[in-house]
Amino acid sequence: MPTELIEKLKPVVGGPGRPGGGGRSDDNGARSGGGPTPASMATMGMAFALAAIAMLFVAFTTTYLGHHQDETWATLPLPGVLWVDTAVLLASSAALEWGRRQARRGHAVAFRRGITAAWGLGLVFLAGQLVAWRQFVHLGIYLSSNPHSSFFYLLTGAHGVHLLVGLVALGMILPRAWATFPPFRSTAVEVTTLYWHFLTGLWLYLFVMLFWL
Amino acid sequence: METALAHDAHVTHHREGFIRHYVFSLDHKMIGKQYYFVTLFMAMVGGALAMLMRAHLGWPDRGILDPETYLQAATMHGTVMIFFFLTSILTGAFGNFLIPLMIGAPDMAFPVLNMMSFWTFVPSVLVLLASFFVPGGPAGNGWTSYAPLSAVPQASPASGLGQTLWLVAILILMISALFGSLNFLTTIINMRARGLSMGRLPLTIWGIFITAILALLSFPVLMAALTMLLMDRVAGTSFFVPANLLIGGTLVHHSGGEPLLWQHLFWFFGHPEVYILILTPMGIVSDVISTFSRKPIFGYKAMILSLAAIGFLSFLVWGHHMFVSGMNPILGATFTISTMIIAIPSAIKTFNWLTTLWQGRTRFTTALLFAVAFVSLFVTGGLSGIFLAASPVDLYFHDTYFVVAHFHFVMAAAALFAIFAGTYYWFPKMFGRMMNERLGKIHFVLTFLGIYGTFFPMHFLGTNGMSRRLYTPNFYPFLSQVQPLDVFISICAFGLGAAQLIFIYNFFATILRGPKAERNPWEANTLEWTADSPPPHGNWPEPPVVHRWPYDYSVPGAAEDYIPQTVPASPAYAGGHGGGGGES
Amino acid sequence: MQPQSGVRDERRAGFWAGILFLFILVAGVVSFIVARYHWWLQPLASVQGRVIDEYFYAILVATAIGFVAPHIFLAVALMRYTARGKERAAHWHEHLGAELTWTLVPGAAFIFLGILGVFTWSRLYSAPPANAQVVEVTGRQFFWYIRYPGPDGKLARTDPTLVSQSNPLGLDPNDPATKTNLVVTNELHLVVDRPVEVRIRSIDVIHSFFLPNFRVKQDAVPGRTVDIWFTPDKPGSYQIACAQLCGVGHYTMRGNVTVQSQDAFDQWLQQQAAH
Repeated sequence: MPTELIEKLKPVVGGPGRPGGGGRSDDNGARSGGGPTPASMATMGMAFALAAIAMLFVAFTTTYLGHHQDETWATLPLPGVLWVDTAVLLASSAALEWGRRQARRGHAVAFRRGITAAWGLGLVFLAGQLVAWRQFVHLGIYLSSNPHSSFFYLLTGAHGVHLLVGLVALGMILPRAWATFPPFRSTAVEVTTLYWHFLTGLWLYLFVMLFWL
Repeated sequence: METALAHDAHVTHHREGFIRHYVFSLDHKMIGKQYYFVTLFMAMVGGALAMLMRAHLGWPDRGILDPETYLQAATMHGTVMIFFFLTSILTGAFGNFLIPLMIGAPDMAFPVLNMMSFWTFVPSVLVLLASFFVPGGPAGNGWTSYAPLSAVPQASPASGLGQTLWLVAILILMISALFGSLNFLTTIINMRARGLSMGRLPLTIWGIFITAILALLSFPVLMAALTMLLMDRVAGTSFFVPANLLIGGTLVHHSGGEPLLWQHLFWFFGHPEVYILILTPMGIVSDVISTFSRKPIFGYKAMILSLAAIGFLSFLVWGHHMFVSGMNPILGATFTISTMIIAIPSAIKTFNWLTTLWQGRTRFTTALLFAVAFVSLFVTGGLSGIFLAASPVDLYFHDTYFVVAHFHFVMAAAALFAIFAGTYYWFPKMFGRMMNERLGKIHFVLTFLGIYGTFFPMHFLGTNGMSRRLYTPNFYPFLSQVQPLDVFISICAFGLGAAQLIFIYNFFATILRGPKAERNPWEANTLEWTADSPPPHGNWPEPPVVHRWPYDYSVPGAAEDYIPQTVPASPAYAGGHGGGGGES
Repeated sequence: MQPQSGVRDERRAGFWAGILFLFILVAGVVSFIVARYHWWLQPLASVQGRVIDEYFYAILVATAIGFVAPHIFLAVALMRYTARGKERAAHWHEHLGAELTWTLVPGAAFIFLGILGVFTWSRLYSAPPANAQVVEVTGRQFFWYIRYPGPDGKLARTDPTLVSQSNPLGLDPNDPATKTNLVVTNELHLVVDRPVEVRIRSIDVIHSFFLPNFRVKQDAVPGRTVDIWFTPDKPGSYQIACAQLCGVGHYTMRGNVTVQSQDAFDQWLQQQAAH
């Protein structure tokens, strides 16, 4: 689907579709310089999507802080698996970033390795989340146990759902990556990498907030 | 001639099946029309619910509805009208249809995402409509769905499965709307035609642009609130439900939630939301008034700055819905000030519309009539808002019919009138035919009178102290005199509802057999009028090039009293100018 | 309209459009005058209410101007500036002086009203005087518990963890005041010219304690107690209305308020305690 997306963008963006050059009315419209490309537009669209996702977690954060003063607020134990999980996610971001850069330089093999590793590590991360959840359940800490635990499940769950979407997107790029490089359009990779890094950063933020705030 | 050939060539190139052309279309115009038809249907659902409410409220002792059904009707009326009619028609229908056409682009930045946006919208509609048919019926806790009433199923029979479906439906709708917003922003920023700087954009597009920013930042906050409320309902969490509540005589097992948090989150979304519902209408009204006065909009830059100021300030006033909520009184003071300040850009815009009409040469089309009436309705609605912004006065008026009057004037009246103006105005471009002007004018007069007749008296139900969402006022002796007022309102409401049938007839009859429209029937300047009526796939054979702002009407010395944006500047057109700093 | 083939003359349309807006103006003013006599603010019965009403009337004057002037302007503009033959509209569209004027003048008016509001608001939310009568009002679907202190003037301590079916207010049995507190339903008795501090609670969902005649409204939020105070200054019978949707019986949630002399109040309290 990513390539289809790009194919569809071509008739739409191709041609002299430059943004308005502004200025006075007597200009004859001729302007030089680069206009928007499918890649730059896709990146911008993704940036807007990330702003929205950020607002979602800002809202969760304010509610979290609002509950902090509750009498029923309990400290949560920190399952060791979450340290591992954090490292896994950081590694997957690193792998994806490395793969992306290799793709730009035209190094097919390196790119394939990077993106596949990232995908695999992402899967491992989600598995790790489930392990952490199960550990909590064994300790008798459920979704409804106390406000802190409610937020733990809610926030990790919301993050996990978004990561799953990213995993699906990466998963759709993988077959293309193994089949057609070079030449391989990297718009999908650029945009998915941005999304992925955002989610890694978000995880770090949530990790700190849940266990140290 | 050229365009017809290009169109034919295009059609043979692209032999789309029925499904691809009409159902899963990627063309922004088709998607816009799809949204229009679905939102029109939802408007009729919301309107029917209103008629039901008024049939009851005029004669509450007849018992046409029982108390639970009445609350469900009121809740779904508000929900349908705000979310599934106003929000969705302004962004989904007008936004989608107009943006590429008014900026000179062949389509949106992300056509596939656009299609997905509509096909996410449809499930949300279906889930909401399904809630009418589940055991217990639809949600009945107001469109504002305050916790803990909405969080604890035992608190009300109207807090059952219907309430859960309500939450799910709106969550899905929000996702659809966010897809749309990011598409609109990316398109407007990147795909404007050559020569079309931001400072030459029609105000309709400016309205949609700022609306999209507001939506992007406020809708996720509602999604957070909906998710947490959903979890309180089905997963036993206590985000919004305090401990030790005795509901229906039994202790409810929750621990330490805070009802006010729901209100803060809801209104942090809710206030930008209502400005989302008025900004695009303001833009449409500016363009329609300018076109039919044959005069540039007065104060174009101030209009843009006002739209932006309203958009920004809309995030700082949410507490004016919560003056009596129990939040810290100091916040009450700050929100009064911020709310008074947001009235200023609205006043500026009102003066600018009035000034635009002065010394114009007005053509009284149906679209113009609705646009001018918008100004009257917005003034009335805005003025009642001042009473509500003043926190000490709000102590009396909060949650009374005074509020109901206020928001109906600004939303159900003003925004609706802009939608009508936009419909009559852009119908030729959407469907290639001209709506009947005589029927349009009859529709206008009856609707305008019906709106004032229905909602102006509600101010007085408010001054008399009548609360909202009352099944009947008859339990309160201090309200014993309101009955005649309620009857008057109901009768006007029935007339108002009936008048809309004229529009429905005009709309559909014209689609089927109305007279064909020319390319630019209104002699307007903006880019969509340089495309065919209706435009083909891709809108133009060649992308247009823009040489001026949209408001070169009655330029001294020009041959015609309008100069489309694509007409190059030349010494003959002495008055033509860019109309604003050209930053891309 | 189609590009013209005949001579355009919209004067009739403009005339009737102007009439329509004048009609709205007149109807609005007339309806207001009628409403003033039939559906106006509930009779005032509190000291605080007076400042609120004065503030209300100040805003009313401003909004009356705000309603009348634009409608007259609209009517005139629509009647005067109709499309006629080949006449051209004016082309002017900027005037910094005008823009500044109608930014600064309404701005000053709004901010003035806002500051007036802030002052009034802070007076309403000042601390209650020492001699205030204390009473607790607790909302419940679909009636009001009213709790009065006994002769010692103390309201017994409450604890949410003590809430049960038999003890809906969560009164602390160890507090001696519990025995002397009086709990009734829907009957709020107040002493004329004596400030009263009302502690507002809810045991189930959000209700709103609305006393129209006293210009008092405060949401009753479960999980917290909110204090307000006011001074009733006219003896008589009034009502409590619920002003926040609280369920299917919201419309039945009426209470009664009696404002009476201190003696009459004491007598009433004694009679209630005897039962």
